[in-house]
Amino acid sequence: MEISGICHDRNNMRPAVPVGNDNMRKLYHFHGGIHPPSNKTQSTRATIARAPLPAKLVIPLHQHAGETAKPVARVGERVLKGQLIGMPDGVVSSAVHASTSGTITAIDMQLIAHPSGLPNLCATLIPDGKEEWAPRKTIDYRDHSPAGLQHLLRMAGVVGLGGAAFPSDLKLSLDKHKITTLVLNGAECEPYITCDDMLMRERAAEIVQGAEMLRFMLDAEEVLIGIEDNKPEAIASMRAAVAAGGHQRMEVIAVPTVYPGGGAKQLIRVLTGIEVAAGVRSTDMGVQCFNVATAYTIHRAFAHGEPLLSRIVTITGNVMHPRNYEVLIGTPIAELVALGVALPDTDSYIMGGPMMGFPLPSVQVPLVKATNCIIASSKKIFPPPPPVMPCIRCTRCADVCPADLQPQDLFWFAQSREFGRAQAFNLFDCIECGACSYVCPSHIPLVQYYRFAKSEIHAREHDKQLADKARVRHDYREQRIEREKQEKADKLAAREKAAQAARLADAQPLTPQQQAEQAELETSRAHIRELAQSAVEHADEGTTK
Amino acid sequence: MFFSPLISKSDSVSAIMLKVLLALLPGIVLYVWYFGPAILVSITLASLTALGTEALMLKLRDRPIMPFLKDNSALLTAWLLALSIPPLAPWWMVVVGTAFAIAIAKHLYGGLGNNMFNPAMVGYAVLIISFPAQMTHWIAPHGMVISELTFPQQLDFIFHDVLPDSDTLDALTMATPLDTLKTHLHLDQPMRQILDMPIYGRLAGHGSEMVALGFLLGGLYLLASRIISWHIPAAFLGTLFVLAGIFHLADPAHYAGPLFHWFAGASMLGAFFILTDPVSSPTTNKGRLIYAAGAGLLTYLIRVFGGFPDGVAFATLLMNICVPLIVLYTQPKVFGKKGSQP
Ligand code: SF4
Ligand code: SF4
Repeated sequence: MEISGICHDRNNMRPAVPVGNDNMRKLYHFHGGIHPPSNKTQSTRATIARAPLPAKLVIPLHQHAGETAKPVARVGERVLKGQLIGMPDGVVSSAVHASTSGTITAIDMQLIAHPSGLPNLCATLIPDGKEEWAPRKTIDYRDHSPAGLQHLLRMAGVVGLGGAAFPSDLKLSLDKHKITTLVLNGAECEPYITCDDMLMRERAAEIVQGAEMLRFMLDAEEVLIGIEDNKPEAIASMRAAVAAGGHQRMEVIAVPTVYPGGGAKQLIRVLTGIEVAAGVRSTDMGVQCFNVATAYTIHRAFAHGEPLLSRIVTITGNVMHPRNYEVLIGTPIAELVALGVALPDTDSYIMGGPMMGFPLPSVQVPLVKATNCIIASSKKIFPPPPPVMPCIRCTRCADVCPADLQPQDLFWFAQSREFGRAQAFNLFDCIECGACSYVCPSHIPLVQYYRFAKSEIHAREHDKQLADKARVRHDYREQRIEREKQEKADKLAAREKAAQAARLADAQPLTPQQQAEQAELETSRAHIRELAQSAVEHADEGTTK
Repeated sequence: MFFSPLISKSDSVSAIMLKVLLALLPGIVLYVWYFGPAILVSITLASLTALGTEALMLKLRDRPIMPFLKDNSALLTAWLLALSIPPLAPWWMVVVGTAFAIAIAKHLYGGLGNNMFNPAMVGYAVLIISFPAQMTHWIAPHGMVISELTFPQQLDFIFHDVLPDSDTLDALTMATPLDTLKTHLHLDQPMRQILDMPIYGRLAGHGSEMVALGFLLGGLYLLASRIISWHIPAAFLGTLFVLAGIFHLADPAHYAGPLFHWFAGASMLGAFFILTDPVSSPTTNKGRLIYAAGAGLLTYLIRVFGGFPDGVAFATLLMNICVPLIVLYTQPKVFGKKGSQP
């Protein structure tokens, strides 16, 4: 089903901000979706403010998807603003920089903002207040090859700022596919979050220039900027920037407000009609998607030589002064909370939105590149869910699932631990948007079950791989023994030896490194399982007590 | 500890069931208007039995009692069963049917959400097989028979099986329009003449057609408030309409028309309230169409060629058996695997 764009004539002097689609572009529809209360206006009344320099910064070396960056600063070293302190390590990794000038006082394990609640390697930086920059090198991107620019982005620590923090350079490496469309994601569909909205209102020109750079690197033909139609100011400002900059084949398109319309796959679908299946790269289908804040950061990196040192964060919810702040990476969340002034009945803090966010293990954890929003939570804002009831197969969940799944069946399989069937019923197509849980009249924490099932399946696959490896090694050893048996004249002695070797192989099938790997995996798995389990138990409490 | 999403729509099982109960009210009001208050007695009786049985079973199964008693699902089963059996049926039949529905068809299958069969229809099936005679105690609508019982007299009959001296059961009750039609057709009377009998009213039975209209009204409310989707009622009524239409056109002397089948018996109740029970019906839209079309077909066949007075209950139960298979073969294509790329 298609929905046609609403037409507004640009020359028509409407008093209201023009919302809609000047080109009568055909928009597409995706299945399902929900309309939760947006709660965005609270934090858009004031302009973006710069958060004051904190007394201490804790900069995690793992803020991106992939491998932890290798620390390259020493404890006690004075670093400059923008100086590299974490070197990308491995293909999927990104650089980390000192957010201001000061002294590195520690490089150790600290609690970070991650759903697992596990500590990770961080550099502690005490600012000297001088904000003294490391040398910055501005470039004209048109003078460089896409590969060279990609490297620059990797070294500038640019990652997706929409939430996943995937290294941006990797999304730009294309092998053979022609990119037709670059989609810029300004949809921002999650309730409460307004950082992209405010960025688009205030810094549209730089976003649009960043989009131009992305188009250059991707060699894309057209740029489609999708913004949900509940952000008329942002749409107007972005349109003005596109017009003022004379950008050709770049279009700002108002898309219907529906959660999760800001999911990359959903936005690509709405704007281009293309559905990118799970496990398929969108570039294979000629389209790539970046967040508007990422485009902004790319512009800062090329045109100003600034690595990713700060980002816009919304502080909202149970606070006196909800607002957006530009905050240095590594700032303790507590500093941001203090700016918003949390109300006394605040009982926890959420990173991200109410649909996909997670509670912070502590308000002392540092802000990272993926932090788009902090919501002070209270029983009043987010009341504890009513007791869980059994699934009545009403399929309200299936009606809203943007992936066209049957959440009630997946729930059933996850609950009865039929993980194979869950997988056969496309568990891995679930984007964990939470729309199903939102509408479930039985208040089942459905997404928790899916996360649990996914982690179990991953763990089992990993186990299987390890077992396969061990078996291959064991088989190889057997073959060798067989060969030796032939070669050696003394068959009996050889056989004795072989048996001994085989016994050894049985006893110690894994190398120490693999054992360590597995132990580490076990710990994190146990933790995830505990989390998922406690959700599930929490859910069961309602029905068993 | 809490988990995302942290917000939810303020909807609950009990609110949904309550809306379904409310949607039954227009039909019930018309029932009372045309047939007197005896139906209220069976509804009350069934409700009390259902709640009692539910509480007992929950206790035996070691489940929390209050949240489940408040979910209104037992009440809905009770009301549907009470509306499917004759209002003058003896009290113990209502009790036995309801208790069987809740204890066996619902709880022994795992309780709310797990029952494979529609509990109310299981209760109905048990009663019609075990006590076929009592299941014919349908009250005649007002003005159709010479003598009518007063409310106290009705209570006397329901609870003590006592009738006023001057009355016989035959004088007070009447076969349903569906039944009458069957009997008279067997006697080789032409359809025209049969349908001209006063009990047939305008569509399918004086009084009962109005009750069916009431259920249709409630069903439309359920559709409008998105408690049910259009698939089941449309496919069920559609199939019934087409089948009845074909037979009627081919041989009007022996087969009643589509509107008769729509408004006779439990068609409307089945289309909007019984077949749409989420627990025992398919979860895919395509599956719902198949399921309801199958139920329409079976209802027609049982009514016209079978031995039971109405076919909705058995059609429902038979289609309930097919649900897992239907669901398995009607899985929708997931995002990105539909082949609908531009
Ligand atoms: S919304 Fe909840 S109760 Fe309804 S089918 Fe889905 S999981 Fe079951
Ligand atoms: S969380 Fe998964 S199953 Fe639930 S609505 Fe979103 S994609 Fe569908």
